[in-house]
Amino acid sequence: MTTFLIVGIVVLLIAIIVRIAKTSEMVSIVKGTKETLEENSKTFAYIFLGLMFVFFGGIAWSLMKYKSSFLPESASVHGVWIDNIFNLTLLVTGIVFVLTQAALFYFLYKYRQRKDAKAFYYPENHKLEMWWTIIPAIFMTVLVVTGLFYWYKITGPAPEDAMVIEVTGKQFNWIARYPGRDGVMGKRDYSLINDNNVIGMDWTDNAGKDDIIPTELHFVKGKPTKIIIRSRDVMHNFDLPHFRVKMDAVPGIPTTFWFTPKYTTEEMRQITGNPKFNYELACAQICGQSHYAMKMAVKVETQEEFNAWIGGQQSYYTTVMPAAAPAPVAVDTTAKAESKKAGI
Amino acid sequence: MSASTHHHGHVDQESIYHDAVWHEHNSHEPANQHDHHDTFFSKYIFSMDHKMIAKQFLVSGIVWAVIGGLLSALFRIQLGYPDEHFAFLQTLLGHWAPDGKIDPQFYLALVTMHGTIMVFFVLTGGLSGTFSNFLIPLQIGARDMASPLLNMLSYWFFFLSSMVMLSSFFVASGPASAGWTVYPPLSALPEAVKGSGAGQSLWLISIAFFIVSSLLGGINYITTILNLRTKGMSMARMPLTIWAFFITAILGLLSFPVLLSAALLLIFDRSIGTSFYLNEIYIGGRAILDQTGGSSILYQHLFWFLGHPEVYIVILPAMGIVSEVLSINARKPIFGYKAMIGSMLAIGGLSFIVWAHHMFVSGMNPFVGSIFVVLTLIIAVPSAVKVFNWLATLWRGNIRFTPAMLFSIGFVSLFISGGLTGLFLGNSTIDIELTKTYFVVAHFHIVMGVAAFFGLFAGVYHWFPKMFGRHMNSTLAYVHFFVTFIGSYLIFWPMHYQGMAGLPRWYYNHNSYESFSHLGDLSKFISTVAVIVFICQVFFIINFFWSMYKGRKVTEANPWEANTLEWTTDEILPIHGNWAGDIPTVHRWPYDYSKDDREFIPQTEPAREGEHVV
Repeated sequence: MTTFLIVGIVVLLIAIIVRIAKTSEMVSIVKGTKETLEENSKTFAYIFLGLMFVFFGGIAWSLMKYKSSFLPESASVHGVWIDNIFNLTLLVTGIVFVLTQAALFYFLYKYRQRKDAKAFYYPENHKLEMWWTIIPAIFMTVLVVTGLFYWYKITGPAPEDAMVIEVTGKQFNWIARYPGRDGVMGKRDYSLINDNNVIGMDWTDNAGKDDIIPTELHFVKGKPTKIIIRSRDVMHNFDLPHFRVKMDAVPGIPTTFWFTPKYTTEEMRQITGNPKFNYELACAQICGQSHYAMKMAVKVETQEEFNAWIGGQQSYYTTVMPAAAPAPVAVDTTAKAESKKAGI
Repeated sequence: MSASTHHHGHVDQESIYHDAVWHEHNSHEPANQHDHHDTFFSKYIFSMDHKMIAKQFLVSGIVWAVIGGLLSALFRIQLGYPDEHFAFLQTLLGHWAPDGKIDPQFYLALVTMHGTIMVFFVLTGGLSGTFSNFLIPLQIGARDMASPLLNMLSYWFFFLSSMVMLSSFFVASGPASAGWTVYPPLSALPEAVKGSGAGQSLWLISIAFFIVSSLLGGINYITTILNLRTKGMSMARMPLTIWAFFITAILGLLSFPVLLSAALLLIFDRSIGTSFYLNEIYIGGRAILDQTGGSSILYQHLFWFLGHPEVYIVILPAMGIVSEVLSINARKPIFGYKAMIGSMLAIGGLSFIVWAHHMFVSGMNPFVGSIFVVLTLIIAVPSAVKVFNWLATLWRGNIRFTPAMLFSIGFVSLFISGGLTGLFLGNSTIDIELTKTYFVVAHFHIVMGVAAFFGLFAGVYHWFPKMFGRHMNSTLAYVHFFVTFIGSYLIFWPMHYQGMAGLPRWYYNHNSYESFSHLGDLSKFISTVAVIVFICQVFFIINFFWSMYKGRKVTEANPWEANTLEWTTDEILPIHGNWAGDIPTVHRWPYDYSKDDREFIPQTEPAREGEHVV
């Protein structure tokens, strides 16, 4: 019933507007369409002037209102750099935006059609054109240079002591792998994947037998962390919004991203004023039906807390092969070197 | 065979063409648009008249725009009201919306098809197809396209393509659902998403036909512009519309074949067991390939090698139309004509070497990424020049607020807003944060979606009198403009905020994340405005079709007091062949407005003694 009512009202409104439009056309024919256009120009000029104020006012108001919805201060070291360049770009583009939009709307108001007025024949001015080519070019250069300076810092090699975690995307969840006590991840092969071996661990490689596949991602505050990102089916994207991290997960081609967490979950709860705050890992690349729910819980903690957590985790080998003997600790250095080649 | 097809059949040279065609026409019958040889089929269906083909593209484009818009209204309902059930959705979509709630896979299909339809069928076929066809011969002073036959085939390949795409809505597994960029492996594996079954096959076939259509059209536009310009119409005297169509056609000709190869390899991967794009994939409980070594990144490179020029294929014609309309209605020459051409050439050239800015986080070598940052931000310079030149065109004008003018003004405002956000995304460092979020959605919708639509609307309102001999209703056009202009900002501006809050694209809802669930009220607002703006397009539709038959008749040959040649045809509605008598000769550039105390000086007017003409 309400649907019909709404449809009815909409149709009626449209019919009324169409009727008014037809009538006003009749009037304009009587008056002369050229004259009507000229008469209306003042109305349009004021509408555009008014629109300009509403436009700028609306932007200012909405920025204030929604500022708190934006991502909070970055929880990673490099994220702060990104935020800084974002703000620099916002400043530059903001100024250009206000100047050009204001000029546009003001010109509409100021140079509206007036009876007997003549436009100014002004086809070109090379000097002016040169300047407004050079000035944007200078600003672009500044933005590019600052951007790339940080781009190389962010994408440069991870520090030697970085903690390495492998994250594999699949429809529709993430599988994280920590290397276990030996600090080395075992070999894997996609052809070995099955329900009991979700990333295709090669059990002939002892280095893998202590690898841990937990249900949550844990990072250590202040510890450079290098993520090896993989996918076992379609493309995904490893997205940690609070850390300003995004990297595609490409089947068959491992990618990496390294960053340094800056705040523990607890600290972030204080910063955001939200006692229930939690970091989340999202998927940012369309990957199928449940793309929108492909998430994983993320926790940042101190080294001690992390050690306690990882110490309590069982190796994947023992969880999928309960009958197996406790995982031997890999001390064989050749295995270490090999798995490094294969795994990364 | 009709008379018209007959004489187009054996002309290959401008002079012969003009003489032969027109003598024949004049000697046999008086200038009469109703050529008695025309049957219904040869006039309206398999027409070789560039003007009729333009109208075919336009009407098809409008139909597709309604479908594409409807799809977006549907998925916006899901995004704005993720917890509600709407009975009418089930009525409309059947098993794709059980209990009145859109199925998550069908949501992806809606998003995919919305993008595909809008980018290819509306803003490429509908925009370029309409105005390149309609305006090139009329504005350069030619009887028709260089090859009317290829031109007709171009439309019919477009039609075939769109029918194949339409049919994909009716296959059991649904239409393509991998996003309009159809990245493999998602698009290659029916196990990954239902839409990658028959729907994706139809998508690829449709796009292949579309590419054929685009190439036939493009080669025709280029040839016509290079060879069939009337006497005096040097390249440096062409209206900016023609320059825009010319550069657009070149871009299409060079980039669409690459998309065809990308699509072909994808077809092979899907059907004959190759693995150009597939590698180490375990899905549906098995490893699907014996061999390894493909790369889905290869597809992205091939796709965006078209995909990026494609956004300029969409926006350049709109820029050309807007430049023309702004100049006419400001009653001033377009400011910096040569700079406008130069900037379009620069944008066109650069558009081929910026594609990988869509792939900054694909794992690509950071050094390669940095090259693309530099090239991408260079493209901002010619874009800025265009904006400054449009503003300078308005400065000290005598601005007539015709409906076409309002949409052109709207275009400039949108192009500024959307262009500036490109400076965030083109900078790879910031792109890490913003890529694949709603910030990107906001950016490209404003700068090449809505803006190009505004160019399309400006063109329709401006050239409707020449197309149909009648005027559109101005009041309806004004209502249409203000609702669409304000509405577009209300829809897409808040999406920047959602993007700055990290909200990724392609999400069926964002309630499952603590990080994004607070963005629900913005989504609801956006959706509500989107539905209203979509409904208000009815003002355009009514106006367009009603005016076609019942609109106020055009009585003056040149209602906008414009300088270009299309307003010099002997009949208000030009006959097949455009000019009944001789083709006009051009003596000056098209932008002599308000020069020497003259309101306007048509291109056909010879220079007065001592007058300096361009």
